[in-house]
Amino acid sequence: MTKTAASPKIKIDPKQIAKKYGIVIVLILMILGLSIAEPAFLSPTNIFNVLTQTSIFGIMALGLTFVIISKGIDLSVGSVLALSGVIAASLGQTMAATSKYYPNLAELPVIVPILAALAVGAFCGAISGFLIAKTKIPAFIATLGMMTVARGLALIYSGGKPVSTLIPNLTVLGGKLFNVVPVPVIIYFVVILISSVLLNRTRFGKNVYAIGGNITAAEVSGVNVSKNLVLIYTYCGLLAGLAAIVFAGRVGSVHPGAASGYELTAIAATTIGGTSHSGGIGAIWGAFVGALVLSVMRNGLTLLGVDAYWQQVVEGLIIVVAVIIDMRKNAKRD
Amino acid sequence: MADEKYLLEMKNIVKTFPGVQALKGVELKVRPGEIHALMGENGAGKSTLMKCIAGIYRPTEGQIYFDGKLLGHYTTADALKMGISMIHQELSPVLYRSIMENIWLGREPLNAIGLVDHRKMYDLSMTVLKEIELDESPKTLMVSLTVAKMQMIEIAKAISYNSKLIIMDEPTSALTDKEVKQLYFIMRKLKALGKSIIFISHKLDEIYEITDRITIYRDGSYIGTENTKDLKLERLINMMVGRDVNEMFPKVPCHIGEVKLEVRNLTHRRLFKNVSFTVRRGEILGIAGLVGAGRTEVIETIFGMRRKVGGETFIDGKKVEIRNPRTAIAMGMAWLTEDRRQSGIFPMLSVQLNMAIANIAKFLNRLGFLKESYMNTVCDDYVRKIQVKTPSLSQRVENLSGGNQQKVLVARWLMTNPDILFLDEPTRGIDVGTKAEIHRLITTLAGEGKSIVMISSELPEVMGMSDRIMIMHQGKVTGILDNSKALTQGELMAYATNTMEEYHAARGKE
Repeated sequence: MTKTAASPKIKIDPKQIAKKYGIVIVLILMILGLSIAEPAFLSPTNIFNVLTQTSIFGIMALGLTFVIISKGIDLSVGSVLALSGVIAASLGQTMAATSKYYPNLAELPVIVPILAALAVGAFCGAISGFLIAKTKIPAFIATLGMMTVARGLALIYSGGKPVSTLIPNLTVLGGKLFNVVPVPVIIYFVVILISSVLLNRTRFGKNVYAIGGNITAAEVSGVNVSKNLVLIYTYCGLLAGLAAIVFAGRVGSVHPGAASGYELTAIAATTIGGTSHSGGIGAIWGAFVGALVLSVMRNGLTLLGVDAYWQQVVEGLIIVVAVIIDMRKNAKRD
Repeated sequence: MADEKYLLEMKNIVKTFPGVQALKGVELKVRPGEIHALMGENGAGKSTLMKCIAGIYRPTEGQIYFDGKLLGHYTTADALKMGISMIHQELSPVLYRSIMENIWLGREPLNAIGLVDHRKMYDLSMTVLKEIELDESPKTLMVSLTVAKMQMIEIAKAISYNSKLIIMDEPTSALTDKEVKQLYFIMRKLKALGKSIIFISHKLDEIYEITDRITIYRDGSYIGTENTKDLKLERLINMMVGRDVNEMFPKVPCHIGEVKLEVRNLTHRRLFKNVSFTVRRGEILGIAGLVGAGRTEVIETIFGMRRKVGGETFIDGKKVEIRNPRTAIAMGMAWLTEDRRQSGIFPMLSVQLNMAIANIAKFLNRLGFLKESYMNTVCDDYVRKIQVKTPSLSQRVENLSGGNQQKVLVARWLMTNPDILFLDEPTRGIDVGTKAEIHRLITTLAGEGKSIVMISSELPEVMGMSDRIMIMHQGKVTGILDNSKALTQGELMAYATNTMEEYHAARGKE
């Protein structure tokens, strides 16, 4: 390698780029392939469709990125979505609703169900984080517990029935702005921006990397590990609560069994995007690209008329292959 | 001797990694039945060369002859079969399995129907354990052994493979003096059996005590091979470093001010009791003692990583309560930990974040966002000031050599602008050149009026750098001595083993 005086900062090494942005290239190839096989794929309607379908588990994947970089895991986000969703929905029903959860409650401003969902989500996350930080039980166990408890609470709260007939101000959040841009997509992009700033430009973000990179060294270096762990899981829960609002807006009702298995899709998206389960490595753009890879694949396979059962098989393979590629990227030389 | 027989002969070995040439055509010749030292600074290529021998790396160019035969490409498994074993610096035993299962891992003796024959495994293990005179049952779990014994098991494993060549990568770095003696005993025994040993260590006294010949490398090149007994220390260091390091311990007397830190009767539930000492401004207090004396634990407790059951800490005469490292750092303390990998570096994170992590608050603007460019400027300053060799600030710290990783950690703590520095084995596993640099830095810091507490298991280092020396033995302070020319290693060892009375009695008689 010879050093050149001009443009010393930018070195273009195709191998390195392929390694670092391999998954982006995969996504581009998928999009190219699909648009050739099925021109309808690239229509604005379909693109917005794909993005909308990505938004709910995509938002959860953003929170999980923080968790997984810190070398943790959160299995509870699907259940937490259901719990915050039914609570929010019960506070956001119209007067006309036939099975009104609070029959005597007047129609509340939309901010009430929204804040309720965010608060419930954040609270569940905070509890998981507190358990992990204080009792030192593995995150897998703590959030497995939270997953089951939250689902149970959602069923108890709703009596096992969906909560429906939501106020228009809530369903508008699942609709389209100016009849073109889906609101869930706007929310998703805003959260991507916020998460990105949080992870890269704040002390909290740097602490997340440090905790995942070497928890003992983080403690020694003066990082408040317990507090940050609680914050990490709180943020993840908060985003699950936000996803619940988007879900309620889109579907128009929330079933206590909703979003079952979403946590795994969100974890898969984060993982495909290159966030390492060994901690310390990961990025927000990765969670976005990873989520898109899953959505594009689902959308594409549907457009191509591939059987839904087969789609699952392909999805599983993609996750494993993505992680194999990722491990190679992070392996030290030789 | 033109046609001398070598067990291992490596010629013109080149190993290239993307962007780096780690070995530039080096050689190595090992005779049967000799202990052969590989010397060189970190990054000289010793580890790479060893990995080539053990079949972990494949040389880009060059020939390897073993037992007179030219070898082609081979794997670690092939190497073991041929009789080449490697005992790694960081052992990785299967902790919750027995000694015998660890020795025979992956090649368990089987009975007629293909099940593991535990009886036979036990008997075979007894034989090899006897050979190295290790008095442990083959059924003992690995986790209950000391590091030294785990190492012995590795050696037993090598013997069980009937290895002709055993590579030992810094085998003594975690051993007490007594355990080192035991290791020497076994090494000599293996040598008497005609086995060859390649020995790597940064401790020069060990090299002179145990090895027959020395091969020296520098920056991936072969410098020379000499008989140990003919090679003068100054010349050896010169060959390794490429220049004269005349000042290994450049301690200069500094102005010693008032008492900065005082620890009174610090007591832990079981690890140590009634530890009291003071450190003044500009003073270097060395802490000596054997591994397990409780030295590191005392620092951990002062720094708030462990709970104490009694005792007090005073800074500038004021009593302070330190319950976690955050408080300690806020009080102006810094702590360079003993184990770089375990509690120091964030391996996969950038040099920049590794340096800045204890100091992030300084790099935030009023809105709480990081000032990235300011952070870069400050880190760049430190890279230059203490000469960290790294291609860029965004480089992952795991890609740096051990000495440079240590410098990154030093930078991390200097950035906090501490008044009191705890340095736990600051030069362990670091090459001679960097070692001298770190020593110089420590002296400079003392000169700036900082108080320094330095733990070291190397007596020459403690004696070369300290103003006073505190010695611990099994959780108790056995003495705090003024460092003077009259102080001998023997006297320190007597304190470290709690045999001062015998020592002084014997001296008195003379």
